[in-house]
Formats: sequence, structure tokens, C-alpha cells
Amino acid sequence: MTRFQLNGRPVEFEGDGEMPLLWYLRDKAGLTGSKFGCGAGLCGACTVHLDGQAVRSCSLPLASVAGRQVTTIEGLAGASLHAVQRAWIEEDVAQCGYCQAGQIMAAAALLSRQPAPGDTDIASLTNLCRCGTYPRIRRAIQRAAALLREGSAS
Amino acid sequence: MNSAPSVVSRRGFLKTSATTAGGLMLAWHQLPAVFAANSERSGPAALGYFVRIEPDGTTVIGARGCEIGQGVKTSLPMLIAEELDADWSKVRVEQMSYGLVPSNEAPGVAAKYGPQGAGGSTSVSDGWSDLRQAGARARAMLVRAAAERWQTDAATLTTGNGHVLHPDGRSLSYGAVAGAAVLLAPPTADVALKKPADYRIIGRPTRTVDAEEIVTGRARYGLDATLPGALVAVVERCPYFSGGLASYDASAARAVPGVRDVVVLPGPAPGDALSANLATGVAVIADDTWAALKGRRALKVEWTHGPYAEESSASLDAQCTKLLAGQGRRVREDGNFDRARAAAARVVEARYRVPYVSHCPLEPQNACAHVQADKVTIVAPLQSPGGASRVAHQLTGIDRLKIDITMTRVGGGFGRRLSNDFVAEAVLLSKLTRKPIKVVWTREDDLRHDFYRPFGHHHMIATLDQQGTVTGWAHRLASASKHHRRPEIKPDELWMPEIYPDDFPARCVPNLRYEWFAVDSGMARGSWRAPAHTANAFVVESFIDEIAHASEQDPLALRLALLGPARELPYEQHGGPTFNPGRLAEVLKRAATAIGWGRPVASGRGLGLASHFTFGGYAAHAMEVSVDGAGGYRIERCVCAVDVGRAINPLGLEAQMMGGTIDGISTARNLEITIEGGRVRESNFDSYPLLGPRDAPDVEVIIVPSERDPAGAGEIGLPTAAPALANALYAATSKRVRSLPIRSLQA
Repeated sequence: MTRFQLNGRPVEFEGDGEMPLLWYLRDKAGLTGSKFGCGAGLCGACTVHLDGQAVRSCSLPLASVAGRQVTTIEGLAGASLHAVQRAWIEEDVAQCGYCQAGQIMAAAALLSRQPAPGDTDIASLTNLCRCGTYPRIRRAIQRAAALLREGSAS
Repeated sequence: MNSAPSVVSRRGFLKTSATTAGGLMLAWHQLPAVFAANSERSGPAALGYFVRIEPDGTTVIGARGCEIGQGVKTSLPMLIAEELDADWSKVRVEQMSYGLVPSNEAPGVAAKYGPQGAGGSTSVSDGWSDLRQAGARARAMLVRAAAERWQTDAATLTTGNGHVLHPDGRSLSYGAVAGAAVLLAPPTADVALKKPADYRIIGRPTRTVDAEEIVTGRARYGLDATLPGALVAVVERCPYFSGGLASYDASAARAVPGVRDVVVLPGPAPGDALSANLATGVAVIADDTWAALKGRRALKVEWTHGPYAEESSASLDAQCTKLLAGQGRRVREDGNFDRARAAAARVVEARYRVPYVSHCPLEPQNACAHVQADKVTIVAPLQSPGGASRVAHQLTGIDRLKIDITMTRVGGGFGRRLSNDFVAEAVLLSKLTRKPIKVVWTREDDLRHDFYRPFGHHHMIATLDQQGTVTGWAHRLASASKHHRRPEIKPDELWMPEIYPDDFPARCVPNLRYEWFAVDSGMARGSWRAPAHTANAFVVESFIDEIAHASEQDPLALRLALLGPARELPYEQHGGPTFNPGRLAEVLKRAATAIGWGRPVASGRGLGLASHFTFGGYAAHAMEVSVDGAGGYRIERCVCAVDVGRAINPLGLEAQMMGGTIDGISTARNLEITIEGGRVRESNFDSYPLLGPRDAPDVEVIIVPSERDPAGAGEIGLPTAAPALANALYAATSKRVRSLPIRSLQA
């Protein structure tokens, strides 16, 4: 039995503790926003937050999240969209969009520890985008940082 | 009007987007040609297919294409909305399913909604010719309904932003007259279209309609879909080209909790088309994905190695060298190249190598299928729903009108999903097991069982006179044709997708020869974004740079001299009917100006240019690179100038140019599929390293304003990125790149 918090709610799972968190989310919890891209932690399409840190759920056995807080793209927004989600829409980042949930989760985690990211901080992100949306991702991260600063100032 | 994205309802997911309660289908039908078969109403209030106005004024527009990231779910509805004179802020776009109607002509069915596939950058030009009319006819009916309400002549009425306008100042919203409009007989002939000066939606930067769904994780891709009661299948496929199954032991796999069945998935017989399933496999069928993956790991399978067991990347290189020593098929012969060579003051000669590459869409292949006695249901991420329909019909014998196909949003296409092998697998497994099946591929499956971009060696020869004018040109290409194992293709047609006879510099050099040699390879091949243009633009545009440096000419000046004045030359291959070298010169000049061509650059830096015509569009890249002296390099600036005619959605066009450029750079820098022992070596992103954010430059996109009819933009951004990069690296280092990828500048 694995118990943990998923998007703020307690969940428990009696099945295989070796199952990667990603497949639990997608097949058992019905949360398909986190994507399967490589199964080896290389592309980041499956990125979720584990206790606030960006992690790659495709390579994280379910047993290892016991007692911890998992947030997925479905749980990122509060009453309104998260600043990163708004910035992504405003910069029209997505092409196919498949990697973008992972990109957004990675960017949100970055901004929570570095509210004024420089080029080096943004370049530390390693999520892959096959469509090549990187230029707009960079712009969207800066826009999100500005939105967060406005939000905290008001 | 604003360009805010509308939120698209997912209510219609897994259902066809026919009428919803309270919705009214506005009539239009009988488009020429493809719509000739459609003369029936498809539902009580449903006269047409693309437009539905709800009483509150919400304008629902159907998106018929496959959305693979190229933006057609936004751009095609924009064409309809423009002629409808809709209020874009009230538009909601719904994905349409695949549509067929009976036809008296072979094959007995016709496209209900027009072309729905995504290939060859044709969606926008197709939509330009028929979807605007769809919007205009719907608008005409709304106007007539308003005229009847006002007891006035429809010719005196105009429209604007979702309203019918009376000359006396009164107006009626579309929602208010839609109920009456659907009862009118639809126009039977084309109605007049707007003048471009009146466009309010076409040409306006417009965000992707699915943006909010994507950023919240609600957008549904193929891998997110399922069918009621579906089991998940993961297939262990034979890794050897045309190999087979020797033996297998499934006892351990069957013991994995959740595994329901293990079945053999027969591969194609020799000579079969590879559009059906690609390889023999053993399928593990389970309750969920993880159980299926675990079950597959527990399989023990022995394969026969097939007829290509000795094939390797090195053996293919040796084969090319041997072939190019002989004479191939001359597919274009202008003037007399041999005489030009004999008379030349200077001959420049070089060999290039372009590797196999994989499409590698981020969403691995997958498909849901349920084969029943008299119908088939398919839900999948597709580029060719027509192909999926044909494959399902071939495998089941079920009437194509009884094959229901839902296209999900697609996590990248790049040409991979023009082949429907993954659909064939799901259909076959459902037929075998009599259950709904969802086939899921892993990244390793996807990289090792692709239809790869052809590999080839290019032997280039140019002859020059005393003044440095190019008098002769030979392009001799040995390649593994994209048309591999396609029964409808005759052997003497294999060259056609490899070297396009009307491509530049044909007609720009008087004595010109294009010659092709068939490489025998067991690899499956297919259409990879901008197919042969990616290979040939790299070679041709690099070689022109070589000629310029060898003859001490400025590369831009030589290019412009070769292109010559603006004129329409016949272009018989895809992307024609004409090619205008003047439009290519224009994008080249704009890119060169933007990068500051001709300015002095610091040591260790260099500028490079390239231009190319792809599928009706013209693009040029200009890049500035820096090198670190240890083999590393960096793109400091990257400019892309493009002329695709009228830009329907400039924001989407810019995105396609950025993405195409980065795809081109990623492939040029890093990517190669290699072969050893008759199988692919690469397996995941560690050995097939897509460009990451760190190495992706910003891309400055210049859109040439144009009133010409639009061409598609999904592929044009890619071909010139690699040669512009290679030419810039030469300028920085005096080292010529003649083999891709360019992982390091050290030999």
C-alpha cells in the first residue's frame, strides 16, 4: 500500500510499488496531462512536482513517493491559471503541445526557487521540445516571472 | 475582435462533432470536386459540416485537418471565419472526425469534408480553395434569413463581426437569425468572396485555439484516449530488417499480474507494402500500460536475422562509393554536361553524405482500435486518416463507410504518421483478440521501427569558365529511395522522391545533369518533414558555397547571379506549378541584409547563407556562428526569411519557421540513425540526442508581405538551416562540412 498526496488530496494504491508514478497518474488516477515521451527521464514530458521540486515521473517508482506531495499539471492552477500557464498562452508557445505540460511544470519549479531567472537559469532546463518552441519558452518564462512579480507587488 | 484563444469544448471527444442539443448546423455543401458526392442532410438541423451557430451567438467551426503542431486547427477555421464574417472571440473550434460518403466512382467512397490528411504542406492551400467558400455560403444564408426577417433585398445587406447589418443602422446577430437560416436551401453555386482589403481575420496574428487546454493538461492526444474496456498492448518487434520470429517463450510474461494474453503479430510477407504493420512481433496484452511493459520485459524471443543481417552503416557507405563509380539513371539532362566539363577553365568537385534520420515525434506511436463483426472504431493520432481507413479495410474487409475514425490532437508528426503501421497493429490485435485494443509504443520502439529519411551519398561537379560563371552542374546521387517496398511503385520510379528534376539550379545552369543510383538497404523509409529537400538543399547550398570560395566569388553574389531575374519557371513536382527564382533571391537578400552580410566578423566567427524552394514556399537562412577552437560551436544569430504567399496566421507562420529552423539545426548538429548487423543501433534520447534548449538559438523570422495565394508552411523552414550552418562554420574555420551530423568540428 502506497499513500501520498496527489494535487492536495490523499490517495492510496495497493498495486505494484515498482510502477512508475507516470503510469499510476495516467492509467490509475486518470490524470493524462503528464506525458510519456521516453520512459528514461531524458525528455521531461512527464515532469511533475514532488514536494515542490520538478521530477521526472516516468522513472520514479510509486513506492518512492510514499508520504510525499505530488502535484501534476492538472493541480498547478488555483482559482485562476498559474502565471506560467498564462504566460504560455500569451506567448503562444505550443505547437503540437505534447511536451508543454512538462515544460510548464519545470518552469514553475524554476521560478519558485529563482523568481528572477537569468539566461543561465533558463538554460539549466533540459526538457526537450521536438517542435522547437524553445525561443517562445524562454520568452514565456520571462513573462511569467514578470507576472509573478506584479502579482506579489499588488 | 481580438486574438484571444477560444476554449475548445472536449464534449465531442470520442464522438463525432455532429449536432449538440440546441446547436444549429448552418448549411453549405456541394463544394466542387471532392464534395460532389455530398447531397444529403446529415442530421435533422444539419445541412452542412463546418459551421454551427448556437443561439447565444457562439460560432462553432469544424476543423477538418490533423493537428500535428503545424497549426491547422487554428488556420483552417480562420479561413472559414473570415468569409463567414464571424466574431473570432465567439468562435469555438471543434475537431472533426474523418468523413467519407458513398461514391459511384472507385474506390466507392469520396471525401465528405475535403482533404483531411497532413502531408506535403497542402492543408492551407487546399483550404484556401474550398474552406473560404464554406464560410461564404454560410454567410449568404444568414444574410438571406435576415433579409426575410426585415422584408428587404438581401443585396442591400452587409455583415460585420458576427452580425447582419441593415443600411438603416439596424443589425441582427448571427445567433438571432441562425434558426431561420438553417431552414433555407443552401447556395448551389459559388458565392462571391471578400476582397483581401476587407480581411479582418486572415492575416491577423492569432493564438492557437487549443492553448488553454494544452497548458492545463486537458488537451487529449492519442495516448490519452482509450475505448471502453480496452486492453493495452505492447509489442516486442523483430529488430532485424525483414527478419522473423524463430521461437518465443511467454510463460514468464503471462505470469506478470495484469497480463491477459500474449499473441504473435504477423509481419508483412516479402513484397507486402510496409504501410501495414512494419515488423513481426509478439504482443503482450494487459490491463494497463505498466503490466504490458513488464510482461514484455519477461518475454523470451529468438528472431531470425533475415536477408539484411550483414547490413551496416559502413556497408552502405561502401555500396554508395561503388555505385557512384559507374553510371546511373540520368533523370535530367540539359545541354551537354560532358562538353562543358571538357571546356571548363575550372572544375569543382565534392562528395557529401546525408545519414538516415528518424522522425521521433515526442508522442510515441499509439492507436486504439475495436474491430467488431460489421464495424471498426479507431481513435488515434494520425497524419493520414485516409490511409488508416484503407489499412483497416484491407485488414478486416469491412466497408470503409463502417470504419469510424477519430483524430486526436497529435504529439508531433514530421511525416512519421503518414505510415499507418501502428493503426494496422491495433486493428490486427483487436481482430485477433476480439477486444478493443490500445497499442502503445515506447521511445525505443519508435526509434527502432521508423520509416526513416533516406540515406545517400551525393557526388557534385561544377564547371566554370574563365569569368567564374557556372557553365555545368552535375548532381549524382546514390540513395536508398523513400519508395521502399511500395507495391504500386515501379522500379523505374524509385528515383522520383530522391531528386526533383525541376529543382534549382535546373534552368539556371545551361549544362546540367541529375543522375540517380539505387542503394539496396533493408531499412524502412518514408517521408520525413520536407523529404528530399532536407538532403538536397544541404548538398546544393553547401556546394554553391564551395564553388564561390574556390573561384573567389562572394557566396551571395554567386547565388544571385545563378538565380537570375524574377520569372516563373515550370515546376512539375509537388509544390508547383511554377518556381520563381526571383522570389528566392528576395528572401535571400532579406536574410543577408538582416545578418549584415559582408561586414567584418571577429576571428572564430563566420556568416553563412542558404536558400531553397520547398512545396510552393521560398525560404532563406542566414546564420552567424562562433567556434571555440576545441571542436565546439555555437549559433550566435539566426535569421529566417520566408515567402509563402499570403500569411494566413503570421503568429503561426513565425512558429513554423522557428520550429522548422530548430528541427533543421537539431538534425544537422546531432542526429543520425546508424545500422549494425541489420538492425538500428540508437534506442532513446541518449543516443539520439534531440537539440535541447541550451543549444537552440533564437530565430529572427522575416515574413515577406505577399498578396499571392498561400502555400503551406510546415516544411519550408527546415531545408536551409543545415547548409546555412555549414556555410557559416566554413567561414569561421575554413573547414567544409560534407557529412552530417556536425557533432564536432574536429575530424
